[in-house]
Amino acid sequence: MELVFSNIAKSFKRGAKDRVVALDDISFSVAEGELVCLLGPSGCGKSTLLKMAAGFEFPDTGSVTADGKPVCKPHPDRGMVFQDYALFPWLTVEENIAFGPEMNGTDRREIRERIRRFITLVGLTGFEKAHPHQLSGGMKQRVGIARMLAMSPKVLLMDEPFGALDAFTRMEMQEELTNLWQAAPFTTVFVTHDVEEAVYLADRIAVMTSRPGKLKTIVPVPLSRPRVRTDHDFVQIRNHVLKQYERTQPSAAEYSI
Amino acid sequence: MARETNPRLQKIKHLLQYVSLSIVILAVWQTLYHLGYIKPIILPPPSKIALTFWELLNSGAMAKHVGISVLRVLEGFGIAAVLGLSLGIAIGLSRTFDRLTDLIIQVIKPIPPIAWIPLAILWFGIGEKSKVYIIFLGAFFPIIINTIDGIRQTDHKFVEVARILEVPRFKFVRQVVIPGAFPAIMTGIRVGLMVAWMCVVAAELIAAGSGIGYLIMDARQLSQSDVVLVGMITIGIIGKLMDSLIKRLEKRLIGWKVSYVGD
Repeated sequence: MELVFSNIAKSFKRGAKDRVVALDDISFSVAEGELVCLLGPSGCGKSTLLKMAAGFEFPDTGSVTADGKPVCKPHPDRGMVFQDYALFPWLTVEENIAFGPEMNGTDRREIRERIRRFITLVGLTGFEKAHPHQLSGGMKQRVGIARMLAMSPKVLLMDEPFGALDAFTRMEMQEELTNLWQAAPFTTVFVTHDVEEAVYLADRIAVMTSRPGKLKTIVPVPLSRPRVRTDHDFVQIRNHVLKQYERTQPSAAEYSI
Repeated sequence: MARETNPRLQKIKHLLQYVSLSIVILAVWQTLYHLGYIKPIILPPPSKIALTFWELLNSGAMAKHVGISVLRVLEGFGIAAVLGLSLGIAIGLSRTFDRLTDLIIQVIKPIPPIAWIPLAILWFGIGEKSKVYIIFLGAFFPIIINTIDGIRQTDHKFVEVARILEVPRFKFVRQVVIPGAFPAIMTGIRVGLMVAWMCVVAAELIAAGSGIGYLIMDARQLSQSDVVLVGMITIGIIGKLMDSLIKRLEKRLIGWKVSYVGD
């Protein structure tokens, strides 16, 4: 599925008359099977963009289309993975994964088959009957990903999915996501504020700046996978992305009394 | 030295900790009586209370009083649970229903059940119904309020997940909202049951001829402070036992919830 963001603008109310521009004329597209990272500091509106792609929020002007059709409500085709996992704590790992397929009336045998397949795929074999509170953060997010994959989505929207994990678990999850994605390249929009994460994962990085949220540039990452974080080319691209954030805004803070 | 890890010793230690304060209080109380500091008519010693308890137990009076009170509590609480849960869920789910009912709930809630006694007698007479009604009033509000709160606290992320997975409304309520509200609902049930026991004495002020509340009020008129204390302690113990039972049920039903258990 191809996602196209065209001329997106959105502002929020602040106080009685004041409005804050959150997103200012943003256009880019995500091709079928492409992995695009939305990179930017907090407050640049990257999560808002993702929510628009999911169908939870809508731009003031401009549009988001999925395969040419405007996005007007959430749909299982566009699966979402949350930073805080959003697993149902009263369900076991396999019940969480089965939840979506059960809701749309998939038959029992097919559900069992999918549970088995996705639990193996995300490496949770042996934890089928565990409850979320018994799992580590990385494992919880594996369930979060498996739950969405079980709906065979055409797009995976990931909202800082590894943001709450420690650095080592994060690297491990990035590797595994790469493996999953390479095995079956699903269109992916991955929101992050971690430059290295973006360079490691993305085909292209949408570099965003904040106040107002603008798309500064799009950086392609033409490196073969698996990528090595210490490689010369990797470091070069990382530095290039970091440079985009130098002096893009007045460095002095605004004071008022 | 290694820390004590023998599970049986650990269990005994915890049990001792659990009862130690009660035993110390009873011992001090008894000692003060023997030293002549407390007059038995003001506060009878534990030994006298135990004796009275034993006598009431042997005569069969205790079983009769406890039986009728338990029955009243269960009736009042049962009605409160059914109505409180169903209305609470309905109000929690519907803003309109909430606006329609909120004012009346908030105004009636602070009225102590005891203030309802005159009306309860006029409406239901002096039989069982009026007593059950008083207990029902006490248990109803904690249950309905906690149910509404629990439903309102449904995590917004769950709502988003449900929308993505296209969960039909009815299944969303049954499989996401209610399980999520369950811990709050159980709290409401426990508080409701506790208040039901607190109301049993008030309820049995209404022309009762039996029940623990009656036992207490009757003994009061005869200045039998030992019987009064036996009645009070009995209510306490039965209330505690019922609470433990619900707590055990709660643990089984919501074992998925990890909460702070203290150091």
